[in-house]
Amino acid sequence: MATRKKRRTVGLSDSLTVKRSQSDSPTVRLSDHRVIGRALRKIDATAKVTGATIFADDLFFPRMLYAKLLRSPHPHAKILRVDVAKAARLAGVRAVLTGKDLPIPFGILPVSQDEHALAPDKVRFVGDPVAAVAATSEDVATAALDLITVEYEPLRPVPDAEDAVAHPEPRIHDYGDGGNLHKLIHLEFGDVETGFAAADLVREDLFFYEGSTHLPMEQHAAVAQWSADRKLTVWSSTQTPHYVHRALAKVLELPPARIRVIATPNGGGFGGKSDPFSHEIVVAKLAMVTGRPVKITLTREEVFYCHRGRHPTLMWIKTGVTKDGAITAMHFKSLLDGGGYGSYGVASTYYTGALQTVTYPVARYKFQGARAFTNKPPCGPKRGHGTPQPRYALEVHLDKLAEQLGADPAELRLKHLVPPNSLTANYLRVGSMGLGACLEKVVAGSEWKRKFRKLPPGKGVGLACSSYICGAGLPIYWNNMPHSGVQLKCDRGGGVTVFCGSTEIGQGSDSILAYIVAEVLGLDPFEIAVVTADTDLTPVDLGSYSSRVTLMTGNAAIQAAERAKEILAGHAARKLEIPATRVVFAGGRVFDAEDPKHGMAFAEAVQVAEAAQGTIGTVGSYTPPRSAAKYRGGGVGPSPAYSYSAAVAEVDVDPDTGIVTVPRIWIAHDIGQSINAAAVMGQVEGSVYMGLGEALMEEMAYRGNRNVVHKIPSLLEYKSPTTLEMCDVVTYLVEDPDPSGPFGAKEVGQGPLLPVPPAIANAVYDAVGVRVDEVPITPEKVLKALKKKTKGEEGRVGPTRFPDIPWPEPIRVPPPWEGGDGGAVPVAAAALERQH
Amino acid sequence: MPDPKATISFELNGEPATLAFAPHKTLLEVLREDAGLTGTKHGCELGECGTCTVLLDGTPVLSCLLLGLACAGHRVTTVEGMAAGGRLHPLQDAFAELGAAQCGYCTPAFLLAAQALLAVEPRPSRAAIKQALAGNLCRCTGYLKIYEAVELAAARLRGEDATPARETLYGHA
Amino acid sequence: MLRLPRFTYLQPTSLAEALRMKADAGPDGSYVAGGTDLYPNMKRRHQTPTTVISLMQVKDLTGWGMRDGRCVMGPCVTLTELSDSPTVRQSYAAVATAAELVSTPLLRNMGTLGGNLCLDTRCNYYNQSYEWRKAIDFCMKKDGAICWVAPSSPRCWAVSSSDVAPVMVAIGAEYQLVGPEGERLVPAARCYHNDGINYLTKQPDEILAAVRLPAPDGWDAVYHKLRRRGSFDFPVLGVAAWVRWERGSRNAERGTIVDARIVLGGVASCPQEVPEAGAVLKGTALDDEAIAAAAEAAYRPSKPLDNTDFELSWRKQMTRVYATRALQELRSRRSRRRE
Ligand SMILES: Cc1cc2nc3c(=O)[nH]c(=O)nc-3n(C[C@H](O)[C@H](O)[C@H](O)COP(=O)(O)OP(=O)(O)OC[C@H]3O[C@@H](n4cnc5c(N)ncnc54)[C@H](O)[C@@H]3O)c2cc1C
Ligand code: SF4
Ligand code: FES
Ligand code: FES
Repeated sequence: MATRKKRRTVGLSDSLTVKRSQSDSPTVRLSDHRVIGRALRKIDATAKVTGATIFADDLFFPRMLYAKLLRSPHPHAKILRVDVAKAARLAGVRAVLTGKDLPIPFGILPVSQDEHALAPDKVRFVGDPVAAVAATSEDVATAALDLITVEYEPLRPVPDAEDAVAHPEPRIHDYGDGGNLHKLIHLEFGDVETGFAAADLVREDLFFYEGSTHLPMEQHAAVAQWSADRKLTVWSSTQTPHYVHRALAKVLELPPARIRVIATPNGGGFGGKSDPFSHEIVVAKLAMVTGRPVKITLTREEVFYCHRGRHPTLMWIKTGVTKDGAITAMHFKSLLDGGGYGSYGVASTYYTGALQTVTYPVARYKFQGARAFTNKPPCGPKRGHGTPQPRYALEVHLDKLAEQLGADPAELRLKHLVPPNSLTANYLRVGSMGLGACLEKVVAGSEWKRKFRKLPPGKGVGLACSSYICGAGLPIYWNNMPHSGVQLKCDRGGGVTVFCGSTEIGQGSDSILAYIVAEVLGLDPFEIAVVTADTDLTPVDLGSYSSRVTLMTGNAAIQAAERAKEILAGHAARKLEIPATRVVFAGGRVFDAEDPKHGMAFAEAVQVAEAAQGTIGTVGSYTPPRSAAKYRGGGVGPSPAYSYSAAVAEVDVDPDTGIVTVPRIWIAHDIGQSINAAAVMGQVEGSVYMGLGEALMEEMAYRGNRNVVHKIPSLLEYKSPTTLEMCDVVTYLVEDPDPSGPFGAKEVGQGPLLPVPPAIANAVYDAVGVRVDEVPITPEKVLKALKKKTKGEEGRVGPTRFPDIPWPEPIRVPPPWEGGDGGAVPVAAAALERQH
Repeated sequence: MPDPKATISFELNGEPATLAFAPHKTLLEVLREDAGLTGTKHGCELGECGTCTVLLDGTPVLSCLLLGLACAGHRVTTVEGMAAGGRLHPLQDAFAELGAAQCGYCTPAFLLAAQALLAVEPRPSRAAIKQALAGNLCRCTGYLKIYEAVELAAARLRGEDATPARETLYGHA
Repeated sequence: MLRLPRFTYLQPTSLAEALRMKADAGPDGSYVAGGTDLYPNMKRRHQTPTTVISLMQVKDLTGWGMRDGRCVMGPCVTLTELSDSPTVRQSYAAVATAAELVSTPLLRNMGTLGGNLCLDTRCNYYNQSYEWRKAIDFCMKKDGAICWVAPSSPRCWAVSSSDVAPVMVAIGAEYQLVGPEGERLVPAARCYHNDGINYLTKQPDEILAAVRLPAPDGWDAVYHKLRRRGSFDFPVLGVAAWVRWERGSRNAERGTIVDARIVLGGVASCPQEVPEAGAVLKGTALDDEAIAAAAEAAYRPSKPLDNTDFELSWRKQMTRVYATRALQELRSRRSRRRE
């Protein structure tokens, strides 16, 4: 158990210790693990290395048709007329759909049901689907698209967020917070002006983080089948079968009981397959219309149009610090370029302001966030969902503050860490907190002290920290049911099957279930059968996003396995004539702890139990603890636990070209407890890879002046680092078990991406003394900054202004140390307070 | 109207094969759609990702840019042809052991490119591995586990009794 | 899945047969070698030949050998074969380097020398799918009327993106072209046009049957390539530099240059020689000032347009840096050899 020492926070009012409710943490046993923590193979590893894993596009059915989507060539236009007659007559075409066939809107968030499977009256980006064809071959379907005529009335397109602020008309959507602003957020936790006044140093900075996309190697694909008894089955490369299930039921007006969604193993997701998509609904409808199986596989270009990637984000940050670096107040503004639809955007916007407070204590905090609609593919959740942008801003900003204070940036951070088991200004409940240990690891490993500000010109080191959630505290649609459910079946032959709605996207979620059940029941994980991501067979798990799976399914699996164990132990104890408390499960046997030879095989224990009480099956579920945040918007940010990472990047900057290369990154990640160390290593390295790409070269680029087309929708021109760009990674795993996690485990899939871009940016400054306050840090920008510096100007490239935005009145929430209870001050009282 | 089919004979994964398919199909399409071998994947179909790699007469090539008809009389190896007699190839084994396959979508291509490398270079340096795999993109792993798996398999293929380093699996102390 | 349009595939075994097939097919016929340029283009509907004639079975077109002290290369040798060959590495290092810098190992196992030298020009308004191009109403190079890069321009500015072609021009290679009217031998430089659409002077029915390299007799050449990533990417700038050192100056204290050529790739619709840059090197020993002057001369006419990766002003600036580095390498190769 983690210690619950009383700790003082931030040097503020009184001491703050959060009582963690015991009931929501399952039995945690931190020693003697047989499976947990070991570097085992994944249970699906053999299938993956033999090519036996069946991805969605690998499915072939007799009489299967192929679907293609006709997409808009306009960024913003009204649809006046669609004529599909010619296409429908083409030999081999079996069905053609347009917007009027699927009139019901959908969307991942209840507050933004703004998408249509096929645009009925208006298109909002180049690539927005307008019509669909099913034909006997992909060739015929493609040829048919060319025979569809669509008459458009072009509207003025909105190419980017600043343009959206400046041009409320014509509106892209007729909902939102006015004009082309989708969402405006204004939250204030304490009076920041008082905090700035109390500071010894106040600094403001502007940053821009360019949009990037997930680029899973597998292009999205889906297959649908409509049976003669009017049941629909959809196989899809989705991270969220449950949400696809809901969207299908809604749009197709079918009872959910008639729909079965099976998520095939995803060939990479990274957040890009977390929305219900047009193509999934379209193949389902086409299967219903034709009575034949229908498959769609998107081209790489179409994957760029699905997008839902990183929001391009403009940020302004102002921080006040005392001489020793304690943060007295922070004010953060973000403007997100959302693209054509809502997607997860409202949550993304909140996330740009949520996690600033969980690394270093922030005494008073104010956040203003805005998301604009623009005529580009919609942005959404990409690895780190909404938090890499502010993290980059914050960590570079801190580097600048440290320099002004004359402090070592590592020391500065180490001095001001959020204490474990505390509440932040915005009411996030921090449990275990291993950032200090992470910092110490990378500082020592990288020889930071020897290198920082001491390397020869052109070489530099930079440091950054970060934190990420282990699952969101609230579900996406309002309900008070569990977030994850597990069923467990014990077979009289000794086999155990785990059923769970979670989705394997390469992160190893199927394996996690097997390891955990094996650990609890003393079995070989490779003998556990795992059935996942099938809405007919498996209890709901919300999906593979927000780093929630290990923690939530893990806890649910522990509960189910513990319940099975209790049943089996009771019957075995009777048979063995010992107290149930002495029954041990290990090595495939069930035996007396005091006399290990006195026992039986696990299979026999199941038989004994089954004979006594019938079929043995249990369930487990997990619901996150109640959040301390009660204010509006407080749903985004709370999490059962927070992971922490620290990284040091070493860079070489070529002063003649501005080209930055990164030979090595040291990264330490506070994992709580690894369930499978090798899988954790893989997630850390993969996150570093993705962070490196975002830091240096990845960019969703559009031609604003040419119809807002995506400039480079290809794997050649969207630059994903190759083996030759990838850096060496020295990884440290910090294990500080969190009572909320299964066996103490926290997330690792996303968090380690976050410190990489700012660490690289800070290292570039260390190497050549220029600031590129804009990601990606391209050679052009570095060279431009170097030239400016040579000319005696400020050696900086980055944004220079934050536009005026019609912010709403703030929601005022007094922080815990100002007597707050997590709720907002009523508006009238707030107004009164301001007068004084 | 179905396309008229052309027929070719070639060696597929060590066995003689005769397949009939529409003449404008690439080897990628022929393998997946006409030979039922879906282990060969695709990410772009334009030569820009390497995901469709197969071996043609032992040399790694892009099956998305190779016409099926051009393979007549040649030897084609796909991931399905790597394991022999129900035993994984040492590369497959090492990939599984180290977690070099995360989502596994790029894996068949990496395995075949690595196999071709080890056929000519049993003791490749890290730099040589990076060069040999520079035509294959992976979005999940950051490549590091892949390099380590290739090195591990290479050692085992040389008959050494190799085990992965502790840092590889558990990180640095 | 992006698929090829329908076509008939022919595999002739002799030059004569290939020419005859092309004559039969007319303008709808196209030769193919490795297919790594043609097939992606066909999938994007840039080219839609109804007959595709593979040159890979034509025996005379593969392999290479020394004839009269010069190397004669078949166009169907793959880029891997070129860069792996000890002979090429030894005597024509710049050719081997350029070939080795093309795209990826997988692509080099398929792509050929001939295909590389005849490579279609590139532009990021053009190398896009049919649907994408439709969204901008196409462009002059295919299906449209206007050039989006230079809207007032009467011509297409698509970029010559071959890595090997600039080297061939720089070292003074000759292409042997065989057509229905017979054979001709053309200096590499004269095989290219600065026009994004008609970028080759070769007639469509002519086959590039051989590439004749000059005898390695006292000249040296290098190739430097600029691109975003270490593999996959086309050159956004290529610098091929060729110099002939003064004969007999081999053992002299300071050798001087009697002739030099600097050829840029990736900045125009053809490999672009910068005669001024070569001229300032003559009579120098490649000292720093000479290199700086040549790099400056190379920089001035370099006019990249906004149709590749990177910002164009940066690409232009890089001409100077890359020319400098190429020439410095030539100088250090010289001193290494004399050691
Ligand atoms: C992702 C990707 C990256 C690439 N990167 C690079 C790069 O970095 N550098 C680079 O230089 N190239 C690059 N290429 C382009 C191309 O693959 C290579 O240049 C290759 O060498 C082309 O050769 P090929 O034999 O495959 O050409 P093919 O596609 O077979 O032919 C290309 C053209 O040349 C004609 N042709 C071929 N041979 C002859 C002949 N003997 N006589 C007459 N006409 C002929 C064909 O009709 C066709 O029009 C890249 C291609 C891709 C897909
Ligand atoms: S340079 Fe102009 S005409 Fe040529 S391909 Fe590009 S846009 Fe088209
Ligand atoms: S599928 Fe991408 S290279 Fe072949
Ligand atoms: S393992 Fe997923 S792309 Fe490589």
